[in-house]
Amino acid sequence: MNPVSDDRPAIELGNVSYRLNSGNDILVDLSLKIGRGETLVLLGRSGSGKTTTLKLINRLLKPTGGEIRVDGRSISEWDVIRLRRSIGYVIQEVGLFPHFTIERNIGLVPKIENWPASRIKERVQELLRLVGLDPQIASRYPRELSGGQRQRVGVARALAADPPILLMDEPFGAIDPLTRTELQREFLELQKRLGKTVVFVTHDLREALLLGTRIALMEAGRLITIQTRAGFLAASEPLVVAYRNAFGSQFEERGHS
Amino acid sequence: MNVWQFMLQNHGEVVELTLEHVWLVGVSILLAVVVGIPLGILISRWPALNKPVLGSANIIQTIPSLALFGFLLPAPWIGARADRLAILALTLYALLPLIRNTYVGIRGVDPAVVEAGRGMGLTDRQLLLQVELPLAMGVIVAGIRVATVISVGLATIAAAIGAGGLGEYIFRGLAMVNNAVILAGAIPAAAMALLADFSLGWLERKLSPH
Repeated sequence: MNPVSDDRPAIELGNVSYRLNSGNDILVDLSLKIGRGETLVLLGRSGSGKTTTLKLINRLLKPTGGEIRVDGRSISEWDVIRLRRSIGYVIQEVGLFPHFTIERNIGLVPKIENWPASRIKERVQELLRLVGLDPQIASRYPRELSGGQRQRVGVARALAADPPILLMDEPFGAIDPLTRTELQREFLELQKRLGKTVVFVTHDLREALLLGTRIALMEAGRLITIQTRAGFLAASEPLVVAYRNAFGSQFEERGHS
Repeated sequence: MNVWQFMLQNHGEVVELTLEHVWLVGVSILLAVVVGIPLGILISRWPALNKPVLGSANIIQTIPSLALFGFLLPAPWIGARADRLAILALTLYALLPLIRNTYVGIRGVDPAVVEAGRGMGLTDRQLLLQVELPLAMGVIVAGIRVATVISVGLATIAAAIGAGGLGEYIFRGLAMVNNAVILAGAIPAAAMALLADFSLGWLERKLSPH
């Protein structure tokens, strides 16, 4: 896809609400536009509605109000299976299939899309290298891998059928700090090369500032503000200030290159 | 005459009754698998059916076996032959462990795995056949194992309605007050139960995801 010839947003949320049967509002009147090739970070504490927003985009949940467009088309018009296969999905728990080898885990979507076996094999090797893993591990099982390796496989699996969009729900949240830093750096490299549209959920301000082209701060199901990195560091909304303070003095009232 | 002498002298009949026993248990477990696993899948998909289905299977389980044979006697076609009657009764008893274990097995699959599968665009069918059932298989086989062991024991009572099997010796021995004859039925039945328990237990461990 070519961002120059087509400036429709990749994902657009218009006045989206999500209310539980019990009457609790999880999301209230959320509107967002996510440009092609952009990494939008949804930042907020637990229960702010970040994960719900992701699940609404790939329709694991259906909004109770408003409309979501992917590629200019309302997702209620999409075939839900097609929609999900064009959106890579990475979650904190990874959710690798424990009874499949790494190769089958990564190659599952290509396989059900009827790619020829030789091409799947090639693709798996290519993806393993792309996420910084030794292609030798293709024949291993998820339980034989470390947490960091598993999450890399999770990213490779999400990229398998080359979806234009990636949804990532705290993918590095359960990983030790050293490996997390490594994965974040690799993600930036990867993103430079692949130019996917990414929606990335985190509660970590450092991670948000490092990875996001823009940062959407959420609280109690509402969007508080949406800012570039520099804008976020300069913004004076009380909640933004509270976040900066919570993460230490280096984020106070200073620009970011 | 002790039990071993008795079995040696009547080895033809021992083999015949054992085969009858295997037939009664085998056919009823097969039927219970064919009915129970789909029912288990069904209630994992529609939780509203959970209570009525498991409740009914539970109630069947509480009916004493002799009474169940009696209830089924008036049924057309089934009631015409004792072995059909016995197989139906044994199938009904085997249903509960199969339905329940299929349900528990599917519900026990790691929610993150199911969410990842759904999120990457697996259809319900693909999710069930490629992810949920394979991961639930160990628990389902455990259900088959429990059902089989119970069936081997229950099938001895089928002799009371003339369905054959190793229960013949047990009832005959009781009538004759002859322990050797009772044991000639009880020992092979116990051996069969242990064999089923052992081999299905092995299969269960093979299929359990680590």
